[in-house]
Amino acid sequence: MSTALLYALVGIGLFSLGLYALIVHAHLLRKILAINVMGSGVFLLLIALTKRSVTSFPDAVPHAMVITGIVVTVAATALALTLMVRVAIENRCAELSDQSEE
Amino acid sequence: MEKVTLLVMLFDVLLGLGLLWLAWQLLESRDLFKAIVLFVAFGLLMALAWVRLDAPDVALAEAAIGAGLTGALLMAALAKLPSRDTSESLADEKGYWLLRLTLLLVAVGLGSVVLSLPESAPGLGAEIASNLASSGVNNPVTAVLLNFRGYDTLLELMVLLLALLGVWSLGRSAPTREKPAGQVLTTLVQFLTPLLILVAAYLLWAGADAPGGAFQAGAVLAAAMVLLLLAGWPLQHLLSGWALRLVLVAGPATFVALAGLTLLDVGLLAYPPQHAGKLIFILEVAATFSIAVTLAALFLGYRPRASNKESG
Repeated sequence: MSTALLYALVGIGLFSLGLYALIVHAHLLRKILAINVMGSGVFLLLIALTKRSVTSFPDAVPHAMVITGIVVTVAATALALTLMVRVAIENRCAELSDQSEE
Repeated sequence: MEKVTLLVMLFDVLLGLGLLWLAWQLLESRDLFKAIVLFVAFGLLMALAWVRLDAPDVALAEAAIGAGLTGALLMAALAKLPSRDTSESLADEKGYWLLRLTLLLVAVGLGSVVLSLPESAPGLGAEIASNLASSGVNNPVTAVLLNFRGYDTLLELMVLLLALLGVWSLGRSAPTREKPAGQVLTTLVQFLTPLLILVAAYLLWAGADAPGGAFQAGAVLAAAMVLLLLAGWPLQHLLSGWALRLVLVAGPATFVALAGLTLLDVGLLAYPPQHAGKLIFILEVAATFSIAVTLAALFLGYRPRASNKESG
């Protein structure tokens, strides 16, 4: 198995683990961590698949896209964390409740 | 030669398994603090994986942003949570077999799709290499980011600003406990800050020919500002109001201004080849400061005001 395929499969594994944790856990900080892990999996898959090319020039377009993606991820994470803190202060716990309160 | 290949293969397998194991540990850890520390370690291992995949630019960005700044953001948010409810209810294990089965099927399906892809794909590497001479820089990733696909970078800077607007509009969420920094942190910051500024300047300058560039430099500069904030430097009072806003929009504004200037000459977000190098450098400098200040402001988490009008 080539290096590219190995890392592509690891990327899929990370994505699946993150998706599972995103659904299962109620705590919002865990959900944010899970989304970050899912994102890492997607980036890993994208870069690993570009390594399949046999030409001597590495394809820089996905690399640039992933750098853009990492910066966007940190911005989204910061916004999500601020929202989480807000929810935690209003609700007294950092979880979204199933029942709507009266 | 055979032995070396085998060792490298072994390293790849171990790194892959390590990534998966760390991800599982951090997602299932009962202690949120531990989960965040594991997440930072996960980011550093990811940086190693990027190096193995011949993506040093991504590795730099991941190490500075993915591991460093995200970790700082997570820690700050955890400290602002009202109670450290580390023993919150984890999943009820019994009812999830269907979910696990579905996700396993999704993973297997995605895996088989990847395995069924053709062995080699040409990609755009050759086209980039043939056009690199007219881009003004020698690093293909910088060429793509700031010349060939300038749209992406412009919109990304806008996304950063949008996130900051969102954070600011939520108001000052939690009273931050102003603790005086310890002697160790103060001394460390005095040594580290000049070093970080130097590293940021190097990354910015080297970005034209080697791995590096505006994003990595901006992230390192933001790390320096976060350290200063943690050590109790009143950056939020020094840079507030119009000055802050001016720095925040410097990157996108320079981008748009250059796009307007070159619109009639060579087309939208394209640069005349003989000036491309200089224009890209100007863009990168402006973008670096904007990115750094935006990330630091995101870490701060509220809109800074001038010091004497501080209402707390």
